[in-house]
Amino acid sequence: MASPRELTQNPLKKIWMPYSNGRPAQHACPRGVCVTNCPTLIVMVGLPARGKTYISKKLTRYLNWIGVPTREFNVGQYRRDLVKTYRSFEFFLPDNEEGLKIRKQCAEAALRDVRRFLSEEGGHVAVFDATNTTRERRETIFKFGEENGYKTFFVESVCVDPDVIAANIVQVKLGSPDYIDCGNDEATEDFMNRIECYKNSYETLDENLDKDLSYIKIMDVGRSYLVNRVMDHIQSRIVYYLMNIHVTPRSIYLCRHGESELNLKGRIGGDTGLSPRGKEFAKSLAQFINDQNIKDLKVWTSQMKRTIQTAEALGVPYEQWKVLNEIDAGVCEEMTYEEIQEHHPLEFALRDQDKYRYRYPKGESYEDLVQRLEPVIMELERQENVLVICHQAVMRCLLAYFLDKTAEQLPYLKCPLHTVLKLTPVAYGCKLESIFLNVEAVNTHRDRPENVDIHRSREEALRTVPKHL
Amino acid sequence: MPMELTQSRMQKIWIPIDHRPSLPRRRYRACGPQLTNSPTVIVMVGLPARGKTYMSKKLTRYLNWIGVPTKVFNVGEYRREVVKEFSSYSFFHPDNEEAMKVRKQCALAALRDVQLYLKEEGGQIAVFDATNTTKERRDMVLDFAKENDFKVFFIESVCDDPSVVASNIMEVKLSSPDYRDCSSAEAMEDFMKRIDCYQVNYQPLDPDNHDRDLSLIKVLDVGRRFLVNRVQDYIQSRIVYYLMNIHVQPRTIYLCRHGESEYNVLGRIGGDSGLSIRGKKFSVALCKFLEEQNLKDLKIWTSQLKRTIQTAEALKLPYEQWKALNEIDAGVCEEMTYEEIKETYPEEYALRDQDKYYYRYPTGESYQDLVQRLEPVIMELERQENVLVICHQAVMRCLLAYFLDKSADEMPYLKCPLHTVLKLTPVAYGCRVESIYLNVEAVNTHRERSEEAKKGPNPLMRRNSVTPLASPEPTKKPRINSFEEHTASTSTSLPSCLPREVPTQPLLGKACLT
Repeated sequence: MASPRELTQNPLKKIWMPYSNGRPAQHACPRGVCVTNCPTLIVMVGLPARGKTYISKKLTRYLNWIGVPTREFNVGQYRRDLVKTYRSFEFFLPDNEEGLKIRKQCAEAALRDVRRFLSEEGGHVAVFDATNTTRERRETIFKFGEENGYKTFFVESVCVDPDVIAANIVQVKLGSPDYIDCGNDEATEDFMNRIECYKNSYETLDENLDKDLSYIKIMDVGRSYLVNRVMDHIQSRIVYYLMNIHVTPRSIYLCRHGESELNLKGRIGGDTGLSPRGKEFAKSLAQFINDQNIKDLKVWTSQMKRTIQTAEALGVPYEQWKVLNEIDAGVCEEMTYEEIQEHHPLEFALRDQDKYRYRYPKGESYEDLVQRLEPVIMELERQENVLVICHQAVMRCLLAYFLDKTAEQLPYLKCPLHTVLKLTPVAYGCKLESIFLNVEAVNTHRDRPENVDIHRSREEALRTVPKHL
Repeated sequence: MPMELTQSRMQKIWIPIDHRPSLPRRRYRACGPQLTNSPTVIVMVGLPARGKTYMSKKLTRYLNWIGVPTKVFNVGEYRREVVKEFSSYSFFHPDNEEAMKVRKQCALAALRDVQLYLKEEGGQIAVFDATNTTKERRDMVLDFAKENDFKVFFIESVCDDPSVVASNIMEVKLSSPDYRDCSSAEAMEDFMKRIDCYQVNYQPLDPDNHDRDLSLIKVLDVGRRFLVNRVQDYIQSRIVYYLMNIHVQPRTIYLCRHGESEYNVLGRIGGDSGLSIRGKKFSVALCKFLEEQNLKDLKIWTSQLKRTIQTAEALKLPYEQWKALNEIDAGVCEEMTYEEIKETYPEEYALRDQDKYYYRYPTGESYQDLVQRLEPVIMELERQENVLVICHQAVMRCLLAYFLDKSADEMPYLKCPLHTVLKLTPVAYGCRVESIYLNVEAVNTHRERSEEAKKGPNPLMRRNSVTPLASPEPTKKPRINSFEEHTASTSTSLPSCLPREVPTQPLLGKACLT
């Protein structure tokens, strides 16, 4: 009986892995998010101005945030790169042979890039963003998927409400490069004609003809959905996400608790109360919220004293979420950076080497935080006006989701104390306003030092530590 | 003084010291965002043998497990109480006026109980399980809900595949009390005619027109396809997600703990130690056991703690590590023995015995926190087929409580001994459990309910949370005119959702349940 392989704990992520011949074996796979073995090709379907690109970008942002490498491929963008100047809707007329040729070329070029991303560059999900309104086009793409070993999932957006379509055009089409030299009325008229070009040949996903395909049909901006043959975990998550997002205007406010006693001492973690300045901030926050005059504001806090104390000053109901608690620093809880350098210099260096994946001994990593915060993001998508009073690392994770930041950028996002970030969805992204509430606080932001080598000096390690008592 | 907080001793929740009655009461998240204040009535819709009761019970079990008090009201059961002897399908004939009257009365009685449950008994969701196949009947339910300020969510199951219908009838109808004295063939024939009675007047939900303003999900062909309309809130969104992830493929779930660890031997809780010699022997025995089970495509999941991974390594198969499966975090008590805890933190020690489900270790977790952490594991288990989960005592208790519909009160005391595999197989409306001890000795890590705890949970401790209940037994009080006492359908050692006629499963390992 062969003895089982010995285990070693990876020093960065603290994952136990088997090793043979002194080297870790690639056997066990730590689960971040369930990833299918096959890459997935998401194919958008729908007339222009139905929200396809909006959905593509949002979905891509979400999947990347939860750790699934995703990229969108917008065929319109390929067309703009090829046909330098857009003249008019006539390009899209169904009998414009020249136009048709170019458009087909662009679709093919996009699919080639999809293949490179999924089969060579380690991508897991590709979002093919185009109208794909004919069955023939969709069959071509499906075959492409099959040939390459991809699972195909269609996302169709159907909407007949003229107000919605008009609003979409105003939000995202008028500012398109295609209409850079046009007046708004001109642009709108041209775009409406463009939509007409597609209508005649539009074949919506059909209950019978397309019964073996995997798809979701979104009707009237999410009033109802038709879901057919969900194949695996990732498709199920995509469906769940699409069913929870909405387009009602609203704002999300993110801030940290007021300055805490441990903040003042430069200590991380713990569960202390607010300093006097922190309490000042709480009062200012109450004033600020009042002045914003927000309809039906929901207030969320963590279950740590400092966020709750802050919320208490607002005089409104709030909900405590344990998953909003600050990152668990394990054995380093309540230490200063100086103490960490003294007692755990190796850990301190490893953290600087890969702050996103680094897990504190008996604690968490940013990567763990993201997984923990996913239900918060999902619920934020469902909600309207929300104020989230949380912590530095947690706020960085949430902010990275809204601002589409990478894993490398995330742990270094600036989230200073006593500053409210107001996020308002606009067009395809998020408008960000930063409001400092004029109550002084310590700086808790530590930049990545130049020297991250495990043999660096104490000085080099501590160079970027912010001042504290 | 604003911002003065105190931390509740049991759950370690920070609350303001001066309770200002003018502000709405604080409500603390159990396992999801704040539930809306309006309770919800879920209305099942569909011809007989379309899986309505199956979905009702499963959904109810899930919702209770995540902490949302939910109960099923099955109109068929009300009918069985009134009409002592089921004669034949002709009872359900649309021309049978007498029977129609009785059936309507039963529906109304059930709705009265729904009202009581949601308004006075702390229920949050009531599942109204009946065919509800006509607009008229559904309008009646909508009116009822409107009068009471309840939200309504319809779940319709549509299936025309005759083999599915036949197999449903075999699985759960032939053994129904209605067919107690019939042969299988007779029962099948009668039931098919029963279905025909409904078919004539069946008006499916029509979200494109007549029902466009209703919140509903139509489940077509056992989950191949779904139509979802107007999801109103968080809980409906979770229900839709759950229904879209469950399936009916036969499969088996194996739950076990890591092999005995060094710390187990020392009587220390938590930590991240490796396997003892006996623990390693167990892993080898587990490997052999799995080979004998001869499973198709077994997925293996472990936690990220060394002891479960070491156990999986011996199986020589690929496995996935889930941080969510890590053992409950005992906070400041990590790596202590119970004696050390009693000596160092006597108050904490006592509190835990008082209310083990809600008790949170200082800077650690509670069973309630564990449930929230494990919910994605349960969701993925529902999606999967054959899975072996190698985990830990508290984690295994939480998972087991989900499958066997155990209450929050019972969960922390479920028996999950080392070196014992629990094999769970879905059957009828519930789960069959087999307990297989792999014949390698190990220490016993189970602590029984203390004398203190047996006195019952301290009601003060539940001030800010709703007690999740397991799907309660059918109410014993008289519902219509009958007064027949319904004995609880099962004893505590049986999975509580088996129909009562099924004889005690001989394979149930009583050793592993309370």
